[in-house]
Amino acid sequence: MNIMMFHLMPYADLDPREAAKYPNSWVTMPNTLYDPLKGADLYNRYLDELEYAEVLGFDGVCVNEHHETPYGMMPSPTVTASALARRTTKARIAILGNALPLRSHPFTVAEEHAMIDNITRGRLISGFVRGIGAEYHAFGINPATSLERFREAHDIIIKAWTEPGPFEYHGKHYNFEYVNVWPRPYQQPHPPVWIPSQGSRETVEFSAHPSRKYTYLQTFSAIAAVKKNLDLYKQVAQGFGYTHHPRQLGWATPLYVSDTDEQAMAECAPHYDFFRNEFLSKIPLEMVMPPGYASAQSAKGIVTAKMAAHEKIDVRRANELGMMTCGSPKTVAETLIRYQDEIGFGNFLAMMQFGTLPAHLTRRSMELFAAEVMPALRKAAKAKFGEFSFA
Amino acid sequence: MTVTRESYAARGCQLSVLRGGAGPRLLYLHGLEASGEAHPFLQSLSESFEVFAPEHPGFGNSADADWLENIHDLAYFYLDLIESFGPEPIHVAGSSIGGWIALEMAVRNTTRIKSLSLAAPAGIYAEGLRRGDIFLWPAEERLRNSYFNQAHAETAIATLDPIGNFDATYKSAVSLARIAWEPRLFDPALKKWLHRVTCPTQIIWGANDKILPPGYAREFAQLIPGSHVEMIPECGHLLALEQSARFTTLVTTFAKAHDQ
Repeated sequence: MNIMMFHLMPYADLDPREAAKYPNSWVTMPNTLYDPLKGADLYNRYLDELEYAEVLGFDGVCVNEHHETPYGMMPSPTVTASALARRTTKARIAILGNALPLRSHPFTVAEEHAMIDNITRGRLISGFVRGIGAEYHAFGINPATSLERFREAHDIIIKAWTEPGPFEYHGKHYNFEYVNVWPRPYQQPHPPVWIPSQGSRETVEFSAHPSRKYTYLQTFSAIAAVKKNLDLYKQVAQGFGYTHHPRQLGWATPLYVSDTDEQAMAECAPHYDFFRNEFLSKIPLEMVMPPGYASAQSAKGIVTAKMAAHEKIDVRRANELGMMTCGSPKTVAETLIRYQDEIGFGNFLAMMQFGTLPAHLTRRSMELFAAEVMPALRKAAKAKFGEFSFA
Repeated sequence: MTVTRESYAARGCQLSVLRGGAGPRLLYLHGLEASGEAHPFLQSLSESFEVFAPEHPGFGNSADADWLENIHDLAYFYLDLIESFGPEPIHVAGSSIGGWIALEMAVRNTTRIKSLSLAAPAGIYAEGLRRGDIFLWPAEERLRNSYFNQAHAETAIATLDPIGNFDATYKSAVSLARIAWEPRLFDPALKKWLHRVTCPTQIIWGANDKILPPGYAREFAQLIPGSHVEMIPECGHLLALEQSARFTTLVTTFAKAHDQ
């Protein structure tokens, strides 16, 4: 089993009194609320945390992309991954992912990922996403062609990595006379590709297709939704005529460990609630779902769910729903082993920092997780699936 | 006279059209108002004209149009449509994006257009004229910002049914995004060809338009030869709805004056 640490790198120094003046924490919250002196400290602290994850025995570290928001300070996860490339030696570095439709040129992703893969001698995991709806407001890219651009950019990147150049490419959104990307990726035929998603049939089918067999990651969802989408992947794979490998399934979730269940809950509560209420929830439907970003059917489902969702979710409720996991090492280990046994994911991505969780609590939680939870989870997974690698 | 809804096949696209009345033919190209409704201004126009008011391909009750990628596609589509009506030129009126489509048609070919009435058309960008974000505003805010008289907005808000009307609303929104998301509500190439709009043209604007501010009226007037501006006080972007009688009178008077 692969156990990774995931980081969003939030702007945790956001002044809550200032933030309260604005209805949205995406796209329109003024960037004057970002203080570069505090931001510089946070970037370095967060990079230290990811480097420390390798020391503690995590198999990999994961970064991701968001724009114009304190929710995450990584408009370019490629920059973060580059900063980690020479400061780590064993851990996988997963970019989860680059938002392909936001790039005007798909080669930039093919080239930059290939560079990191060479520099790290094959430790890169490539992730491709469309970005959330808000990025289409932030970048001005047309959401109505997002899916087309994603599919086309993906095809170009994979071709550029696997077929000898130079060759021509002509499509609807991109046209190139010379596809001939230098450097070629270190891993052959190309780095593993992971697809993070909040869950949609289209994405599951794309990932599970026999020509791809990409790892599908369910991110930040209640455990029922994790199970539903990963089970869907298994069914879709069967429909394609093969049985999935556990490495094709992953789950990413906020996690906090302390000495006792009560202590864990009390320590992380204000920080998790800030993550949920300030960073995650201050986003109107028009940002989540710009026209054409999702199929009419998916969009209708999301709008219906959002209009029905009146329940205010605090950390206690989130823990019950499996949207996050916190507790003593024993509780967390038992919970994760139970989920792992029920769902069979081969990759577990722990978001060990969230919201305003400070450095000392983040480190202590990481240490307890690595010392007391990780071995138990590995042991249980090994008994079930045996050992396996990333690709 | 009344307009009624019928289905009309044009270039392989099944259009939903509000049609009726007698007199010279008038093509009305809708804007951001509810496109499938027989609004009072369409009924009034049908007193003087044979009104043909389609929902654009990919909008409302008209068929999906997988060929629709940009505003030029709609311009060529409607040029084909009016050519199919026969050799006699017709009057064209358009609101907002409908006015933009009419302008994209006119820079290509004005020989079938007798007169052009543009109600707060989109299509160009002018620095310093702050436009509203129709894609970012929640539905209620968008409606409030569409009218000067907030009683109209409140009436419209009271009938919002996001789930019940989801399919038609989302379909129209996706088609609108296809043509107007980026660049936002304009075509960078249109400005340099507006001198080709040589048919009689009037530009009508609501003085309190929060979506496309009234300063755009002067920009268009400077770019379109011989055009003039009619500014309607106490009126927002949906001016054909908010000042229905005034809009109808302006279009009727102008078109009749140029109906040779």
